[in-house]
Amino acid sequence: MSTATVEVPALPEVHYLNVNYGWRSWLFTTDHKRIAWLYLVSITFFFVVGGVAATLMRLNLIEPQGSLVEPATYNKLFTVHGLIMIFFFLAPAVPTVLGNFAIPIVIGARDVAFPKLNLLSWYLFIAGGGVFLYAVISGGVDTGWTFYTPLSTTYVNTNVLSAAMGIFISGFSSILTGLNFAVTIHKMRAPGMTWFRLPLFIWSMYAASLIFILAMPVIAITMVLIMLERIFHVGIFDPALGGDPILFQHLFWFFGHPEVYILILPSMGVISELVAAFSRRRVFGYSFVAFSSVAIAVISFLVWGHHMFVSGQSIYAGLVFSALSFAVAIPSAVKVFNWTATMYQGSVSYDAPMLYALGFIGLFTIGGLTGLFLASMAADIHLHDTYFVIAHFHYIMVGGAVMGYLGGLHYWWPKMTGRLYPETWARLSALIIFVGFNLTFGPQFILGYLGMPRRYAVYPPEFQALNVLSSAGASILAVGYVIPLIYMIWSLRYGPIAGPNPWGAKGLEWETSSPPPTHNFHETPIVTEEAYAYGARQEAHVA
Amino acid sequence: MPEGPAPALVAEQFDDIIQQRDAASFGMWIFLATEILFFGGLFASYALYRSLYPAAFAAGSHLLKVAYGASYTVMLICSSLTMAMAVRSAQLGRRKPLIGFLVLTLLLGAAFVIIKLRWEWYGDYLEHLVPGVSFAPQGEALEVIRRFGAPLSHVALFMIFYFVMTGIHALHMVVGVGLLTFLIIMAYRGRFVSGDFNTVEMVGLYWHFVDIVWIFLFPLLYLIGGRY
Repeated sequence: MSTATVEVPALPEVHYLNVNYGWRSWLFTTDHKRIAWLYLVSITFFFVVGGVAATLMRLNLIEPQGSLVEPATYNKLFTVHGLIMIFFFLAPAVPTVLGNFAIPIVIGARDVAFPKLNLLSWYLFIAGGGVFLYAVISGGVDTGWTFYTPLSTTYVNTNVLSAAMGIFISGFSSILTGLNFAVTIHKMRAPGMTWFRLPLFIWSMYAASLIFILAMPVIAITMVLIMLERIFHVGIFDPALGGDPILFQHLFWFFGHPEVYILILPSMGVISELVAAFSRRRVFGYSFVAFSSVAIAVISFLVWGHHMFVSGQSIYAGLVFSALSFAVAIPSAVKVFNWTATMYQGSVSYDAPMLYALGFIGLFTIGGLTGLFLASMAADIHLHDTYFVIAHFHYIMVGGAVMGYLGGLHYWWPKMTGRLYPETWARLSALIIFVGFNLTFGPQFILGYLGMPRRYAVYPPEFQALNVLSSAGASILAVGYVIPLIYMIWSLRYGPIAGPNPWGAKGLEWETSSPPPTHNFHETPIVTEEAYAYGARQEAHVA
Repeated sequence: MPEGPAPALVAEQFDDIIQQRDAASFGMWIFLATEILFFGGLFASYALYRSLYPAAFAAGSHLLKVAYGASYTVMLICSSLTMAMAVRSAQLGRRKPLIGFLVLTLLLGAAFVIIKLRWEWYGDYLEHLVPGVSFAPQGEALEVIRRFGAPLSHVALFMIFYFVMTGIHALHMVVGVGLLTFLIIMAYRGRFVSGDFNTVEMVGLYWHFVDIVWIFLFPLLYLIGGRY
């Protein structure tokens, strides 16, 4: 990076955004960067839909009797909120937007390994999302996001069939995305980009891809069985006909728990990038952080039983699942310690992406530690299906995954658009989100500890103060989410020109122009140094 | 590059044909891993219910006709052989044997699907052995079930897994037949014989995988319960 380009930045004459125009050039594109935009627009839409459902829930919970909706409607609201946020926002968020945009550039490739398959993934995502939205509009579904049997197969009369179909279709979108990323990371790296020179974002995305590949097929076949049982009224999971509803829970959580790590692992990768870039230091213990991602992916397949401590699972199985769930905390903690150690003695600057990263580290730590309460069998009997669980996984998914997504989006925004977002507004909204988030979900830990169960439209009056506090926090959180939406759209046109490397960060993506050309680099880069080679203390690898 | 086809055959994101081939076959193996997990959910459920209801599963297995299962097995093993020969022909750049072996594979696969739907499943339907559609075993079938002392609903559970597992397998066969049709048309137009045999290899991997699934399905469904 030369100082001249930073001082007099100008957009490159030809880049991936202006190389051609018209709806065809977007809807039939195979450029991974344009597909990232297709996903960005789609998942933002789903985020708004899921957010509206959450807003209605929080409004309803302001009063103990329920101030807004019928209990039956409330059941549909939390089901729609959960399913949309998990399958149509969080799971695709970092992988399909930031992963699609950044992975090929970061590893020095011209595109992903299978560009057409990449586009097909988006169409499958839209098809699945469309079918699911049909289920919502034509009457909704009220089983909770877990589709527990025999409720979902025998007792409810809502649109389980079309909702399951939507999940089934979008599952294949995720499978193909994971496949594409895994092959890309294995086979498309630039010359000199060895496994241990890969930025840690790539290691995380690789681990998440493995989970996509191995977990999504299981939910797909489980949804097939649910659909068959509903269509043909057979007894696959119906105890009255010899079926075993607990089998459904095993199948569901064998997918469901790894799915949780699909949501958090990509964001963890983003945080590694942000902490290094804004501390001007190589990530402390690089290989430990890299292998902790893989370890999380592996262990995540062995902990599903901790969702079933009170489902009549054998106590010995429960003990093993409990111990393994504690084990998965180790690689997660390795990451947190190494991020903080990276900042120690670094030159930390508090740009908006770094604020999100700091928010992530604190909130993820709270979310992770409260997870240990739930992994302890005795404590779980009290806390199971209470607001404590809700607060715990929102600290992971919103405080963790969404913070990572927003931080990464701000970090790579200048690369995606060629323009800077307004930094003051961005810092302000990061702070608002942090405050709003803690106000929303902090009280829910207490509510859950006091025994308020999840998934009820009404509650005893003594819980009202904390619920009002939570709803008030949610409105602050909503403001924090709306501000970036406005200024990012504004910056598309009016943002200052960013130049190739506005952060002064290391990495191949910052060596090409902003926005990059269609094939990312004018000539194939050759990598001669490790990732995050900031400062003179790094060993210099001369090719 | 050893056997260099025209550079136009290399997609723009790849440096050379070797990288393209490596990526494609690695991608195919990953896809097959997802397929194992997809069928894995069914095999795991089968295992649970068979351990819960051994008598009903034994009875259910006796309701199936081994002659069908055995002849499918022979057909599929032969089709794997012809598929392997087709891949070999493409690698050697021999067009006529390639087309011939692909057509043979297609015929064996299509025969499997047609016999299964037209005769075996239709026969099951006529005997009222299809849960959810018409399940009321009569005559000899009912006697078998009584002999094992198995409740009807549990036998229905076996039949559900029989239909779902072989049904999803048959669906994979249909996809495979479609892929073979595509290969035959392309081979007829002269593709795959000048070093660009990768597509044939990939379809071959898929075809062998679907055959191997059947190798597990056949004994688990047709041969259990002390039948032989």
